[in-house]
Amino acid sequence: MSSNAQPVALNHQFEDLQQQYEAANMGMWAFIAQEIMFFGGLFAGYTVYRFKYLGAFIEGSNHLPIELGALNTAVLIASSFTMAMAVRAAQQGAKNPLLRWILATMVLGTTFLVIKAFEYADKYHHGLLPGSSFEGSGQLKIFFSFYFAMTGMHALHMIIGLGLIVWLIPKIRRGTYTSEYFSPIENFGLYWHFVDIIWIFLFPLLYLIGRDPWPIM
Amino acid sequence: MANHVVPVKMYVTIVGCLFCLTVITVLAAFIELGVLNTPLALGIALLKATLVVLFFMHVRYNTPLMWVFAAAGFFTLIIFLALLMQDYMSRDWQRPPAEFLL
Repeated sequence: MSSNAQPVALNHQFEDLQQQYEAANMGMWAFIAQEIMFFGGLFAGYTVYRFKYLGAFIEGSNHLPIELGALNTAVLIASSFTMAMAVRAAQQGAKNPLLRWILATMVLGTTFLVIKAFEYADKYHHGLLPGSSFEGSGQLKIFFSFYFAMTGMHALHMIIGLGLIVWLIPKIRRGTYTSEYFSPIENFGLYWHFVDIIWIFLFPLLYLIGRDPWPIM
Repeated sequence: MANHVVPVKMYVTIVGCLFCLTVITVLAAFIELGVLNTPLALGIALLKATLVVLFFMHVRYNTPLMWVFAAAGFFTLIIFLALLMQDYMSRDWQRPPAEFLL
């Protein structure tokens, strides 16, 4: 075998592995940029209505369990750590550690969704699910519409992420990813961290800043 | 770069910082800081997001082109929010005198 043999992981349209890696990475960041704009619409709507109906938004925030929100933040940060470790294992071509870290990520992601489901059930039993049985003012209903739309969209992204892990696991077991080719793991990691970032902003916006008794505006 | 393996110690440090910042932001929400509560909570969130982007998402170790790609989405969102709010926040600032209103 000659020393300048083509690496097996290299697709023919790329010059080298570095270029192939950068193309995949850039494509993922372009996707994340549009995801930022997608969630940006929700954040913008939230900001405008918070500005208009501040009192109702403070009342709404005080309905939310701060301890469950904080716990979920910790769970999601931990899952980002296990994901970063999974990508690290993939970079080294370490199959079994990769599998273990990605399963840990899956367990933590599921934990987040279970806690979220308990929160949703609690809101439903207190008549805070926007709809005909909503018990509260129209402005409070707007807060909870944003609450369910934003956390619901976030949860949907988590569910898609968990589905992607299920899809990745058999490929990891078959040894598809090596230290030369691990872009799918790296790009899934980027997606998972992005979903974590969304929650990092949702947590103070929905749970924390409403506790502010002297708001800025 | 493509295969820049970050030491485990770095990831542990970052996740430790993220946990600490979460505790700080929860405690700060119950302390009376007047107008500073909201900017503090959002500032901590921004700091946490920056740590995740730079270290967990490997932007710190990436090429300048990827820095631009990573920043573009966030930067566009800031422009979007700033232009939106300068409209909504200034709508009631100045009303023309009654005789000019139809």
